[in-house]
Amino acid sequence: MKIGAPRETFEGEARVAMTPDSALQLQKLGHHCVIETGAGMKAGFSDEAYAAAGVEVLPSARALFEAADIVVKVRGPERPEAEMLRRGQTLISFFWPAQNAELLELCKDKGATVVAMDMVPRISRAQKMDALSSMANISGYRAVIEAGNNFGRFFTGQVTAAGKVPPAKVLVVGAGVAGLAAIGTAVSLGAITYAFDVRPEVAEQIESMGAEFVFLEFEEAQDGAATGGYAAPSSPEFREKQLAKFRELAPEVDIVITTALIPGRPAPKLWTEDMVSAMKRGSVIVDLAAERGGNCDLTVPDQKIVSPNGVTIVGYTDFPSRMAAQASTLYSTNIRHMLTDLTPKKDGVIDHNMEDDVIRGATVTHAGAITFPPPPPKVAAIAAAKPREKVKELTPEEKRAAEHKAFRKQTISQVTMLTVGTALLLFVGNYAPPSFMAHFIVFALACFVGFQVIWNVSHSLHTPLMAVTNAISGIVILGALLQIGSSNWLVVILAAISVLIATINIVGGFLVTRRMLAMFQKS
Amino acid sequence: MSIGLTSAAYIAAAILFILSLGGLSGQESAKRAVWYGIVGMALAVGATVFGPGVGHYVVIGVMVIAGAVAGAYVAKKVEMTEMPQLVAALHSFVGLAAVFIGLNAQFELASVVNMQQAGADTAVLAGFAEVLAHKTPVEILILKVEVFLGIFIGAVTFTGSVVAFGKLAGKIDGKPAKLPGGHVINAATIVASIALLVVYFNAPAGTAAWTLLLVALIAGFLGWHLIMGIGGADMPVVVSMLNSYSGWAAAAIGFTLGNDLLIVTGALVGSSGAILSYIMCKAMNRSFISVILGGFGGTSGPAQEIAGEMIAIDADGVAAALNDADSVIIVPGYGMAVAQAQGSVSELTRKLRARGKSVRFAIHPVAGRLPGHMNVLLAEAKVPYDIVLEMDEINEDFPSTDVAIVIGSNDIVNPAAQEDPNSPIAGMPVLEVWKAKQVFVSKRGQGTGYSGIENPLFYKENTRMFYGDAKKSLDALLPLVE
Repeated sequence: MKIGAPRETFEGEARVAMTPDSALQLQKLGHHCVIETGAGMKAGFSDEAYAAAGVEVLPSARALFEAADIVVKVRGPERPEAEMLRRGQTLISFFWPAQNAELLELCKDKGATVVAMDMVPRISRAQKMDALSSMANISGYRAVIEAGNNFGRFFTGQVTAAGKVPPAKVLVVGAGVAGLAAIGTAVSLGAITYAFDVRPEVAEQIESMGAEFVFLEFEEAQDGAATGGYAAPSSPEFREKQLAKFRELAPEVDIVITTALIPGRPAPKLWTEDMVSAMKRGSVIVDLAAERGGNCDLTVPDQKIVSPNGVTIVGYTDFPSRMAAQASTLYSTNIRHMLTDLTPKKDGVIDHNMEDDVIRGATVTHAGAITFPPPPPKVAAIAAAKPREKVKELTPEEKRAAEHKAFRKQTISQVTMLTVGTALLLFVGNYAPPSFMAHFIVFALACFVGFQVIWNVSHSLHTPLMAVTNAISGIVILGALLQIGSSNWLVVILAAISVLIATINIVGGFLVTRRMLAMFQKS
Repeated sequence: MSIGLTSAAYIAAAILFILSLGGLSGQESAKRAVWYGIVGMALAVGATVFGPGVGHYVVIGVMVIAGAVAGAYVAKKVEMTEMPQLVAALHSFVGLAAVFIGLNAQFELASVVNMQQAGADTAVLAGFAEVLAHKTPVEILILKVEVFLGIFIGAVTFTGSVVAFGKLAGKIDGKPAKLPGGHVINAATIVASIALLVVYFNAPAGTAAWTLLLVALIAGFLGWHLIMGIGGADMPVVVSMLNSYSGWAAAAIGFTLGNDLLIVTGALVGSSGAILSYIMCKAMNRSFISVILGGFGGTSGPAQEIAGEMIAIDADGVAAALNDADSVIIVPGYGMAVAQAQGSVSELTRKLRARGKSVRFAIHPVAGRLPGHMNVLLAEAKVPYDIVLEMDEINEDFPSTDVAIVIGSNDIVNPAAQEDPNSPIAGMPVLEVWKAKQVFVSKRGQGTGYSGIENPLFYKENTRMFYGDAKKSLDALLPLVE
């Protein structure tokens, strides 16, 4: 099959859906690759680089749409592009079918199969083709860089000869993929990072990235698992609590990165005008939800504005495109994985298997019919998470009391055991003859020595320990030796057998221990 | 050799034995420690053979040489995967020897008593019989208890170890099996033994040998029945317990013969086995009693439902993840021993380490069928011991690990132990492999482990199942890792 990537026609779009690297991989699947001239230019891939990778370079979009069986794109098709689709052709790109019903209708009428990268179900197997996540990752990273660009101070705190620099405080709202990427970037730049999310189960992920989870005392925590890992709208009471918390944080933080989105709805307003005015002059807000109206009241999509009190608000919507080389590499890999699943036999033949959860979920038109929305996938996206139980912090007094109690308990049990033991010994000593007691003392002491010595044995040497104790328990040979001199023939025979098997024990045990120990080597 | 010299040799031997066990605290000192043990044993045996009251040197010579040859042959031939069987077999020898020596003590006692009754001159007696002749009636009574205990423990150890050997060697089905009546039978055998002890006490010393023979049989049955009722994965506890018993049997014989070295050594071995059993039980979060009585305790509620699916992966996928990973932790289990995969594991480790990746091993205390079994297998395959770590040392490192590979272990990596309070293994300390970024499980099929408990690990989002025989899977993987 011929796979072709046209130049993106959307204004300012710099990404490309095929890189020379991904083309090489696609050719391994038995496909042939074509590209429109200049398609990779803005992302830093020249036509020569493509040609060197065995990709055929075509002069125009029309030629490409005619030549290719499968068209791969980043942005959804513009109307003129959709017009060029033909029956039996496959288009793979972002599509947003819910918002683009008309375009969907057009593609269906053209008879083309459309695979929407934004509809790939969120299951583990499909992670490698989850382009939304890979793009969100870039957005999160870029948001922090963009914030740093507009922020007049260091992220990390420093003590220099010229004075002390306080660390920047960053608040990330919404800990999805973009939010987590932003947290990771901010933390590694040295900022003190806080993060908030309405889903309590992501607290662990936030903390694992090195940020502090802004904990909200609230009874009715929602279960994010029910919505496939996405956030759902929250109740008015919850929202109030949340805004109150943000109001409290606003004067402290230097940089706010908002990433809160609810699928199929306008972005929730979380950073109100009064919070902006409460912030310090020179602070920065980066609103990653700008495309859907923004989380901040003042956000203007695609623009950077400065509020009356000197807070910069960045509302760009094209962060991935601003890092076109990285974004193209990741996106083309997502596309390549999708094609790998569509080419199960690696023979260059597409098998559009509508039984497959992932392919079915992502396909929005197929064989002249609209197949959107897909049925729910058979596998749940993420396991239901239990709300985190709060570990009760013990006060120092309580701790001390607990320790004291444990100590007392230990003392009592030890004293009891010693008392009982002594009583028993006294009882035995009262009746037993001195010869027995002499041996008994030896026995008791040997047990103590044994316990002390064995506790120190390294766990990794437990098998050699068993072998060596085996060998020395062959000491019963002494008993047999003491008896073998008897005049009773039965005693002699039994003692002789005992000597034999005890010797096997001794020799076998020691030799096998030596053999084992010789094997233990240091690297 | 005089009694004084013999005693001096015994003291030296006892100290050497203690040093020998103490030396096992580290791999390097252990190599020296085993020599202490050998010298100690040579001193003890030499002092006894050339000490007072020993005869029949020809018999001793023949038996010692034959035993030494047999022992050396076994030690040389045994595969490291067969260590559990060997250890069990050696335990049975100690048990059997203890039974024989106990019976001998009774025979000697009988003949001495008969001679005394006949009014013969006991001065002609030599060796052990001479000692017996000088005992007071109270001492004779105590001697009887000691003989009885020695035979009882010895017989339990003997048959128990034989069954353990059979189970470990696969000659007996590893599943728990009990006669109808179960623990009632065990209790009955103990009651019968106590009754026989009373009979033995009251019978005239010359005619009481039959009670001891009967006790040996009954105790032998008890040992057989007890160990038959315990399943394969509990064998680490069983083997350490039998190790302990063989020590106590030796100590009991020591009391009988009035030999302090036997007492000391028996006590050392006995406490060593007891501690090992304790550590193993702790690692399974089960009481010693519940392990010995066999089977897992009942569940206290329905098991948690497991969401998700098991996702298989092929060697290519595993290799790709390994090539990308910086840190790898391998968790071996009994399955690795069964498949004899330790060589392939070592080769994989070598390849990964040559590429500058950090590779470590996490060993659960009850992995395998013998305490420390995995360590020995890995050492055999030339895996350096300083990258083989205990559970407590490595458990906190899983979250920062890229890839965890589970080879043939199941229950010891089961998250249900922590997450599901209703699970039969709830509270058992486990290796937290699921916290690694990616987990690969090498496993023969989809079945549950020894305890029959579903393992939610296999259904986790970051887990991939690498089905197939561990050795074949790893061998397929090796050329792909570069």
